[in-house]
This record gives sequence, C-alpha cells and structure tokens, in this order.
Amino acid sequence: MTKSSSQPYRIKGAGTLSRARTVQFTFDGKSYEGLEGDTLASALLANGVHLMGRSFKYHRPRGVMSAGVEEPSALMNITRDNARTNPNVRASVQELYDGMKAESQNRFPSLSFDVGAVNSLLSPAFVAGFYYKTFKWPAKAWDKLYEPFIRRAAGLGESPTEEDPDRYSNRFAHCDVLIIGGGAAGLMAAKTAAAKKQSVIICDENPKMGGWLLADSDVRIDGKSGAQWAADTVAELQAMDNVRVLTRTTGFGYFQQNMVALNERVTDHLSRPDPDLPRERMWQVRAKKVVIAQGSIERHMVFSGNDRPGVVLAGAAQMWLNQHGVAVGHTVGVYAACDTGYAAAFDLYEAGVNVAAIIDHRAEVSEDLLDQAKTHGIEVHTNANITSTSGRLRINGMTVETSNGETKEFEVDALLMAGGWTPSLHLSSQSRAKPAWDEATQRFLPGVSPQDCVNIGGCNGLDDLDAVFAEAIKAVGGKKTKIEITDDVSTAGGAIGIVGPEEHKGKAFVDFQNDVTAKDIKLAVREGMHSIEHVKRYTTNGMATDQGKLSNMHGLAIAAKLLGKSIPEVGLTTFRAPYTPTTFGSFVGHDRGSLFDPNRKTPIHDWAVEQGATFEPVSLWQRAWYFPKGDEDMHSAVDRECQTVRKAAGVFDASTLGKIEVVGPDAAAFMDKMYTNGWSKLKAGRAKYGIMCREDGFIYDDGVVGKLSDTRFHVTTTTGGAPRVLNHMEDYLQTEFPDMQVWLTSTTEQWATIAVQGPKAREIIEPLVSGANISDEKFPHMSVIECKVCGVPARLFRISFTGELGFEINVPAGYGRAVWEAVWDRAEPMGACAYGTEAMHVLRAEKGYIIVGQDTDGTVTPHDADLSWAVAKSKPDYVGKRGLQRPDLVADGRRQLVGLKTKDPNKVLEEGAQIVRDPEQAIPMKMIGFVTSSYWSGTLGQSIAMAVVEDGFNMMGKSLYVPMPDETIEVEVTGTVFYDPKGEKLNG
Amino acid sequence: MLLIHCPYCEDDRPELEFSHAGQAHIVRPTDMDGLSDEEFEAMFFIRDNPKGIILERWRHSMGCGRFLNAVRHTVTDKFLKTYKAGQPRPTDKDIEDLLK
Ligand SMILES: [Zn+2]
Repeated sequence: MTKSSSQPYRIKGAGTLSRARTVQFTFDGKSYEGLEGDTLASALLANGVHLMGRSFKYHRPRGVMSAGVEEPSALMNITRDNARTNPNVRASVQELYDGMKAESQNRFPSLSFDVGAVNSLLSPAFVAGFYYKTFKWPAKAWDKLYEPFIRRAAGLGESPTEEDPDRYSNRFAHCDVLIIGGGAAGLMAAKTAAAKKQSVIICDENPKMGGWLLADSDVRIDGKSGAQWAADTVAELQAMDNVRVLTRTTGFGYFQQNMVALNERVTDHLSRPDPDLPRERMWQVRAKKVVIAQGSIERHMVFSGNDRPGVVLAGAAQMWLNQHGVAVGHTVGVYAACDTGYAAAFDLYEAGVNVAAIIDHRAEVSEDLLDQAKTHGIEVHTNANITSTSGRLRINGMTVETSNGETKEFEVDALLMAGGWTPSLHLSSQSRAKPAWDEATQRFLPGVSPQDCVNIGGCNGLDDLDAVFAEAIKAVGGKKTKIEITDDVSTAGGAIGIVGPEEHKGKAFVDFQNDVTAKDIKLAVREGMHSIEHVKRYTTNGMATDQGKLSNMHGLAIAAKLLGKSIPEVGLTTFRAPYTPTTFGSFVGHDRGSLFDPNRKTPIHDWAVEQGATFEPVSLWQRAWYFPKGDEDMHSAVDRECQTVRKAAGVFDASTLGKIEVVGPDAAAFMDKMYTNGWSKLKAGRAKYGIMCREDGFIYDDGVVGKLSDTRFHVTTTTGGAPRVLNHMEDYLQTEFPDMQVWLTSTTEQWATIAVQGPKAREIIEPLVSGANISDEKFPHMSVIECKVCGVPARLFRISFTGELGFEINVPAGYGRAVWEAVWDRAEPMGACAYGTEAMHVLRAEKGYIIVGQDTDGTVTPHDADLSWAVAKSKPDYVGKRGLQRPDLVADGRRQLVGLKTKDPNKVLEEGAQIVRDPEQAIPMKMIGFVTSSYWSGTLGQSIAMAVVEDGFNMMGKSLYVPMPDETIEVEVTGTVFYDPKGEKLNG
Repeated sequence: MLLIHCPYCEDDRPELEFSHAGQAHIVRPTDMDGLSDEEFEAMFFIRDNPKGIILERWRHSMGCGRFLNAVRHTVTDKFLKTYKAGQPRPTDKDIEDLLK
C-alpha cells in the first residue's frame, strides 16, 4: 500500500481527484490537507480520522458511516463567520473548500474525552420512552430541571449569533420531463427524453452526476467506465438547449399536480463565494411528467458494537476508494448480507488494503464470489455473524460466531457493512402513492401514484444495470437501443432487523443519530406500542435529522417480529417533505426585511417624516402616529394635538381609508343590500354612516358613504378592511345579484384624503375651495360635493370623526402633498396642528365613535354597539337582516358596548382588561366583559374607556370592577359619548 | 400547489392567484325573512365535508377577479372541472363521467 505523506490513507492511482489540487482545512482547530473534489468526510478519512462526533444521548464516539445524505453520525458545525455558522452539516456530503473550518458537535470538553459519555454508564435511565417516564413530576421540576436538561441535550450544533447576511433566490420553471436523480437511470431517461426534443430538467443532490456509477469499478457501458459514461452523458446534455442540468440540487418535496420543489446549493462548496450569487436557489418546477430516479440507500447491519468509528457502509467505502482515492483502513473486516459487500472488499484488496475476513450472514453465497475471494486469499465465513466489536475511539477488533458455533477474533481498523439496499420511496410517497410491500424481495416498492410520475432504477427495486436502462428508456417513451453493459454485481437481497444472536450484550444500534438500540424497539413493543407510529415516537427511532433513512426498515422489522406480524401489517411510517434538511432561507427567498410585505405610504408620508412624526404600522400602511414638538413625549404630544383640534383645528392624513367606487344604474339598490341602512332615498350630495354586516348579523365593516349622484357612491371602509369589503361586495354582486348593473372599483390609492377638523376648519379651507358654497347652510354636516380645491378636482366631504366641525378633502393622489401643504400653510398660522392616529383615536373615543375590529369583534351586532339607529326597520332585505333575528341575537343580556369612567379619574384602564361585577368573589371570577378602548382624555381631564359588558345598556351608573395583577379598579358604567353629547360642535 | 383552470381567463393558473370561497351552489333565498331558524342554520352554517367529490367556489382574485365553481376530489385534490358562477350544478351523472 502506497501512501502520500500528508494524507496517509490516500491511495495512489485510485479515484478521480487530482493530487496536485490540494486544499487546506481545519477540524476542531487542527490543520489538515485534502484534495479538491473531496467531501469533508473523505478528506478526514484520507488523514486517518474516523472519530467525527459524539452521539446524542450516550455521547458515544462516532465516525462517518455513509458517503451520502443518509449519514446519521458525522454532523459538523461549518463556520465561515458569526453569521454563517451551519450546524448539523453532514461531513459525507459537504464539499471541501480551501480554508474550511469544521467543528465536531455534542462533545465536551473534547472529542476524544467527553464528560457526557458518563450517560453511557447511566444508559438504563435512557431507555425507550425515557422522556415520558423521567420527566413526569413534580410539575415544578419542569421549569428548573427537566426543560433546561432537555434543551441542552436536544441541541446538536450551534446556531449563528448574527443575522443571515446571504441572499436566497426563488425560481419557477416548467418542463415536459423533470428527472430527479442523476444516476444511471436518471441520466439515461434524460438522454432519451432530450433526444425526443422534450424540455428536460434533471437534478441531482451531488456535485457530480452518476450516482453509484461513481463508486462501481466493475461497470462498463459501451466500453467506458461508469464514471466516464456519466461524465460524457452530462456533457452531452449540458450542450443541448432543451435540457437544464442542475447539480447540488435536491428534489425535496413533491406537491400536487406535479409541482416539485428543488433546493439548489449555489455557494456552500466555494471557498470565497461571489457576493453576487445567492447562497441557495429554490426551484418550483411544474412538470408534465416526473421521473423519480432517487436510487436506493444501503442499510447497515444491526449487531452489538455496530457504531464504533471505523464501522462504515460497504458502498461508502467503495465510493471513497473509487471516487476520492481513500481507503477506510489498513485491515478491514466485512459483514455482508448482500453481494455488494464483496465488490467493496475486492476493490479495497486490489488497492492494497488487507481484508481480514468477509463474514456473510447468508448460508448460500454464489460460487463465483467465493472463488474470487479464494483467488485473493480472503477468508470467508458464511452463515456466520459478528457478535461484538472492540475499540474505544476507533474499532480495533471484531468477534465472530461461525456457522459451527466457534468464536473467532479478528483485528481490524475498519469494518464494512453490506445489509442490502432500501429503495428510496420518499418522493413517490409524497406524490401520494402508497408504498407496496414486495414479499419476494422483502422490501417496499413505489405504489401507484395519482399523479403523472414514474419511478425508475434503484428506487423502483431494480438491481441490474441493463434492466435499469431498459426501464429508463421506456419511462420517457424512447425506443429500445442496444447498449453494451458489463455489470457483475447485483444489489439484490440483504437483511432487515437483527441478524445473528437476538440478545446483545452491548448496544446494537438501529438509529445512530437518536441512539435507539434494538433493545429499545423491543422494549417499546413490550410496553404496548403496537403501531409503528407509536414505536417511532416512543423510541424516537427515525425522528432525527436523517429521518430514519438507515433505521426505519430495521425498526419496523424488529417490531414486526416481536409482534408476530408481517412487516406490511405493522406498516411504514409516513414520508414527509423535506427529503433532507432544507434551510429556512431558501423557503423565505427574497421575502424578508423590507421585501417581506408591501410597505404602503400615503402621498403625504414624506411631509410627516420631514416634520419629525413618529409612525405606527396599520395593516400594511405606515401612518403618522403623533407629531412631537421639542422634547415632548407621546403623552404630551397627543394631549396637545387633541386639545388643539378642539380649540382651533387639526389637519390629519386620512388617505389610508379604504375607498370603493360603486357605480351603475342599480348602485343604490346594491348599496341597500350591502348595508344595514337605506341608500335609495338618500339625496345626491348627502353622505351617511353605513354599517355592513355578514349574513349572520355581526358587524363586518363600517364607514361614511357619499352619494355623488343616483348612480355613483363614494364608499369608505376601515383602513385594514378595504380588500375584504371589496371581496364581500364582489361576491354578492357576481354570485347573488348578477343581474344588477353595478361596477365596483377600488380607489383607495387614487385619492389622497386630508381631514381638517376643528372650530376653524371652514376658515382654513374656504379660500382654497372653488365651485362650492361650503357654508353651514348650503353644506351641512354629512354632505359631499365635487368641486375644486387649490384648482384641483376634488371630492369634498363635510364630515367629522372628532365631533368638531370637519371636512375631508379628497384629491387625486398625485396632488395630495401639494394640496396638503396649501392647507397647512393656512392652518398653521391660525394655530392649528397636524395630528396623528393616536390623537384621532382619543378624539373619536371622546365621541363614542367605534372602530370596527377594536370595539367590535366577530360577535357584536349593530344593536350591541348601540347603533340600532343605523339599521333600517322597513327594508325588505339586506345582508344580515335574517341573521339579526336569530333568537340569541335578540335575547336579553348580550354583551353591549358602553362607556366606562374610572372612579379615580387619573387611572387609565388597560385595553383588553376583564370586567367583573363583584371583586370579592372567588377565583376564577365570572368575567362579564372587557375593555375595548381606553385613553387619557386631556380635554375632559380624565380617563375614558369603552367596553363590551353583559347587559351593559341596563347598567348605566352602576359600579363594576377591573381586577388587575396589583390592584382592582372601580369603574362606573356610562354612555359612550363623553364629549359634546348633543353634537352641537358638529353643526358649527 | 394546485393548478386551477379559470373558465373566464380560459387558462390553467397556479393556486397562488386564487382564493378559496367555500361551498358552491348554496342559494341565498330571495325571501330571507321567511326562513325558519332551522332553515337559516342549514343555509348559513352547515357545510359538506366529504371524502371525495366536493363542489366549491374559488375566486381568481389575483387574476380576473371572477368567482368560479369547481368540482374537486378531496382525496387527490384533483380538479375534475371548473365552470362559471351561475352555471347549473353538475348532475350525479356528470360527476360520474368526470371520474371515469
Ligand atoms: Zn380568471
């Protein structure tokens, strides 16, 4: 065996990597050298490092076991910087790059000496169901003891401490054929479909396509090695316009109607990623046909001591040798239940590795294999089993029970397991095909999918290459072609569950990542878990980040045997997306930060910014909350704004109000249906407050509506309610009243709305208005007129949400800021202020004007809200009319909207606080209502609140109580109108 | 993600463009006042939740804005048919034919 000095396990002449292209990296702070094209695992193995992690529960030393995504043990933290720290990265698939910093996980203080390994001595405490058994009582122990323990124990790896700085992108794609998996089957299907001029997308999770062809030294296709054939085919495909080849791309989710989600890792393999590239790209592919060529995953063998570093899957050892040129040891043992174990052993032998012995679980083995072994001088024991292994941080020996009951010991520094191959049914199952049990081969195969997809190759249970190619060609409707194939090794057969002695002295692991042993599965069954779903949850078998890719079939077989049932009777657990762990970033894509949601701003927004306003988000809008002057805090700013409005005037940006234009010959008739009050008789030029109910009689929205003409209404809605109100109206118009001649248009963003409120409101705007007489006589409260303001076409309302004389000027949005500034230029010298949403809330609450969604929820009727005056009595029909007559809605004692005044006028209630009749009653008290709105009213010099209270209308003047954590607040029930109850100010 | 055929746009469009709008063919009576409490309950609250064929409404809200009806299989999520609002409810025979 020839070794290179720095990488003692790199075999000269083996593999496809170039010796010249070396790469430096560190593992747990120590420097190593690897080659370009290595995975982190193959590079560590080249340096003789098998110990790569500690197990989750027992902190047992663990090495890498597989060369793929099924890897349970070799999980690493890969760090670029504080924001780019990736936990749980599988060393078996992470491509090595220059300068990589890798750290092992779940160890303290170091990988070779771990204090947590004491758990291993306590292992009786960690048996199946230990969460359920141990962490039961006392309840108080949860906070202090159990939860911190579980949290610490459950954490594998560390999260980054800074926000993710990388970009993730998202693409949609359509194609005739999507092929998932670029092994022999997938490549042949792609080649065939592409030749038929179909649009093809083929993806593979690995950097290089070829699948197991890259590991198999025996295969010859048309005279080429498997790896060469794969490389040539990929080059051919890449040159075609109708084919997209995606490497490092995992098909991880199969959704309805052939929509498949792919995750492409663009930069994780690069030493210095181009900042212009996204880190990952999510593809949402809609394919006419999906070809699943996921392949199969080799199973480990379940026997005592099967988890020591150095114990690996045979296929993985072969991949490392033939692709990366790395030997897993100097002297290897092989434990086989499938022929592929021999292929790996022979390859290693030919590379100069000693093969101590092949221990074959099977009694019958092909003569050809036995002859080959004999030629190489390799000792083979058939009908034999490994009963235990030895070695602390790395395997150093195996104990074998031969067919005649003899015990034999072998010194080995690596052990290959060939347990047979499990077809990957993940995507097939996600496409809603039910896995079908194949009794002859003892495995689940893809069932019939309701979608247009087909499974080919290893995942469809094929074991031989010529059959795989024939199936791939047929799957995409190609013609049979002659291909020269040599392929000596079949992947058929294997073992599931425990092989060898039923009872183990040591631990025989089924699930390495969650430390579930064969004994745990048996215990779960004995303790009454008879469904595989229960066994899974009780033992946590298959619940780690590898989702049981190695362990599920073993767990199932062990449980089935003990239950005396067949495997399909016990059933397979559900396969769920994602197939492999997928970053949140790729799901989120661009939708983060300022791109998470639209950020809506009014035309007057920038003015408010310039004035130093503080903003609050209201649905998707940014609204000016208050305009602090000098060093005012919110409380004093709002107080000043409110009192300025009441004494002089205030200007308010109401542009966010939802606006819907209702137009057409039947517009009034339609409005009559949509709102609880009547619109037909309303005169053009008048406005009215309207309530919209759902069919069940509960308030859905409200707003002032102006009737511009008999066929045109200017409807306003709550700020957040506009889209659903329009949807509600469209629904009735299109489906219930399709004969009505009405057109609905959202005009929210077409108008800027400037409210001018206060005793000086008319004086402020009058000189700016042309084409309208806005005197009280000609333009009384609740009027609307089309006129010009500052020469701009406008819809002017006389309307008030403050209780003061008020106007709302609607001008086309583009003129919004100019008109606002013209109004402001007049308003400011007159002592008026700009006010924000907080003052608006206080002013409206002083007048008892409700806000739908704050003072109402989905259970408040117009009558409950004391708005019976806005419900027509004589209208034959409107949405909600029948609902309002339901017995519960007309019953006495409903929760009704009332005002509350605190006995101590300085005490401001908390919104949402519960109300009780008798504060001395026993806990839990009977709650009879809650506070919906509560403010300090500077104008009135006291706190005011609104609340819904059972039978509230009959409680005027009575005392109720609001119990808070530190005190109980006494309140008096009042009407909701606290200010100017006669409404004299409105009509100034 | 489902693909839904909009009978107004006459195109298959992704589910993202649509919003679900509840069960189809529930007629709002012209004489709402005449409904008994039980009839109102049946009309407004009670909905089918079948394992199999459901007739339901969707709105092409991010497209043409129209409400449409659909025949969908709740197990496979497959849309067997979509048709314009106001068109008659498919008969049992129609549905049987669609399932073939
Ligand atoms: Zn449409």
